[in-house]
Amino acid sequence: MMVPIALRLSRLLGLARETARLMVGVPPYQNYCRHMAERHPGAPVMSETEFFRNRQQARYGSGAGRCC
Amino acid sequence: MIRKAGWALLAVIAAAALGVIAIARGENVNALWIVAAAISVYLIAYRYYALYIARVVVGIDPSRATPAVRRADGLDYVPTNRYVLFGHHFAAIAGAGPLVGPVLAAQMGYLPGVLWLITGVVLAGAVQDFMILFASMRRDGRSLGEMIRTEMGPIPGTIALVGAFSIMVILLAVLALIVVRALAGSPWGMFTVVATVPLALLMGAYTRWIRPHRIGEVSAIGFVGLLLAIVLGQHVAASPALAPLFTFTPVQLCWILIGYGAVASVLPVWLLLAPRDYLSTFLKIGAVVALAIGILIMAPPLRMPALTVFADGSGPVWSGSLFPFLFITIACGAVSGFHSLIASGTTPKLIATEADARFIGYGGMLMESFVAIMALVGAAIIDPGIYFAMNSPAAVLGTDPAAAAAAVTAMGFPVTSETLTQTARDVGEATIISRTGGAPTLAVAMAHIFSNVIGGKAMMAFWYHFAILFEALFILTAVDAGTRAGRFMVQDLIGLVAPRFRQTSAIGPTLIATALCVSGWGFFLYQGVTDPLGGVNTLWPLFGISNQMLAAIALMLGTVVLFRMKKQVYAWVTIVPATWLVVCTFTAGLLKIFSADAKVGFLTHANIYADAIARGEVLKPAKSMAEMHRIVFNDRIDAALCGLYLLVVLSILFYAIRTCLEAYRASAPTVREEPALAAAE
Repeated sequence: MMVPIALRLSRLLGLARETARLMVGVPPYQNYCRHMAERHPGAPVMSETEFFRNRQQARYGSGAGRCC
Repeated sequence: MIRKAGWALLAVIAAAALGVIAIARGENVNALWIVAAAISVYLIAYRYYALYIARVVVGIDPSRATPAVRRADGLDYVPTNRYVLFGHHFAAIAGAGPLVGPVLAAQMGYLPGVLWLITGVVLAGAVQDFMILFASMRRDGRSLGEMIRTEMGPIPGTIALVGAFSIMVILLAVLALIVVRALAGSPWGMFTVVATVPLALLMGAYTRWIRPHRIGEVSAIGFVGLLLAIVLGQHVAASPALAPLFTFTPVQLCWILIGYGAVASVLPVWLLLAPRDYLSTFLKIGAVVALAIGILIMAPPLRMPALTVFADGSGPVWSGSLFPFLFITIACGAVSGFHSLIASGTTPKLIATEADARFIGYGGMLMESFVAIMALVGAAIIDPGIYFAMNSPAAVLGTDPAAAAAAVTAMGFPVTSETLTQTARDVGEATIISRTGGAPTLAVAMAHIFSNVIGGKAMMAFWYHFAILFEALFILTAVDAGTRAGRFMVQDLIGLVAPRFRQTSAIGPTLIATALCVSGWGFFLYQGVTDPLGGVNTLWPLFGISNQMLAAIALMLGTVVLFRMKKQVYAWVTIVPATWLVVCTFTAGLLKIFSADAKVGFLTHANIYADAIARGEVLKPAKSMAEMHRIVFNDRIDAALCGLYLLVVLSILFYAIRTCLEAYRASAPTVREEPALAAAE
């Protein structure tokens, strides 16, 4: 069955957005929430802003090298 | 059957394209032949050689859980779509190196560069990236240093750490030097780069307090700001009142950069580093894609000869014979040791299945090599006369257009002083003479290509400054992030003796380590900036040697891993490139220290000046006895650094051979992988 073009396009855009965000060190927030719900139900979950700050600090604050 | 025929056809295309590039003489070859040759060789290598390495040599096992699966936490360990991860990995490995190296290498003509970029990546660079990614993926995403420690022992682990720090120091110095050379005496360029600081601060505040986690939104704002800064920059440069405020000499810029590095690297990351990184990352990807499209549309002819007279090593851009110095100069586009730090950094923690490792590790490096091919094409499509006028040191050219044109024409590349002044006017600069470092040359090439597609000649100055901004932006991000990384390395190293020094949150150690790191690269930067021969000639080979040396270390680790897996029959896959790199870095290192040619050998150069000092003479280009002493001192430091690199390679080589022999004698695999765990279906 053919997937409608509009749907395919929106999937493609979603992937592009995910790629761009991961390039600067931010993985998908939904993924994190799903992980917490599945594996650690009841544990405190960071809000989207906390999650963003956590990832920002992890990427830039760790001294992970940059390439030439 | 049809598939096989397709690959055979591709092989024919590759051979034909390579043939055209190699054989055509006398007429201008179209740049697309290089592009076609590169892409078809990459595809064939990916389809056959990479698959062989993945399936047969290391034995990729898609049913085995990757760190992203076994330690999934939604943060550091996240199974990621392969295309998304490819983008992440490529953005992390691509920097200024693959753009600058090939531009400098073009002084020997485009042919040696193209051939090494293509062979080097297939047999060395991509193999290294893949092997390290594979090894780290089997070890919960451990870093290169940790893997050397666990597979080879604590001493080589520490040696590698010292090596990595010295590479970082020289890398930051050379990157900063490129920015200095590009921005000195250029108020337009300087204004746009200065404008990125308040812009980044604004973006930082926006993501902190106004709209957190809206990266797309804030980057769009930043991008508009950048474009405005470029447009405004033109008016600033034209204004007699404002232009002097943004016109700096190289020495002033050197101190500004040192100050910037020191301050920026201790600020909170969200304030300056993160927003600047958003801009530079997206701009970098955008510019690379735009360059590829531009080259395809314009299909420019190559104006640089396939081989120039300077293939014998007498060139003005950098000194030294084709072997080993071409391989040292091209650096990152063919093989880059730095990638081993990335391939053992975040990427192995995000890879969803082992089956993706070939696409991301090997494929990502092929992409990087393609970027280098485009940079080489860029350098080869501009008038060779302009190329040599831009890249030769002022000591060779003089400073006025007539003298420079005469000097370049005498090299065998006819150019008129009108062409030089007109080109400078076209790109909106006061002069293009002796704008060494590669970045301005690439910017002229990009301006050429982009203005051909959009805007015509009227837009050329805009595109030139756009290209300069794009290069300066990601170099400054690297200076900031690299100083931070260097600081942690210093704290780690001192922490070996004084454990308290490791506390990264304590103010005292932070400031001391930052000061040490900044003064380290600042020393080499100052030395490069005040070098009458432009500095690139000294610093770039040091950087090239160190980067290739790290690659040799990574490939030696790869060999050790194969031996310990009891797969030594396949270890030639890493032994061959590792041997080549050791031979290259060793020859180059020894020549840089001991060569009797004063243009190449540090000690010979130092001795000439030391002898003159003993006679009480002042030799040109030094102007005073103090400068004479400084030249001698700098030469000896450079020779010592080179010697340190050689010692590092030698000792790791010793430990690698010893570990391989032990593993060979052992009756069972001794490799220290995490135990296999089936990937859940």
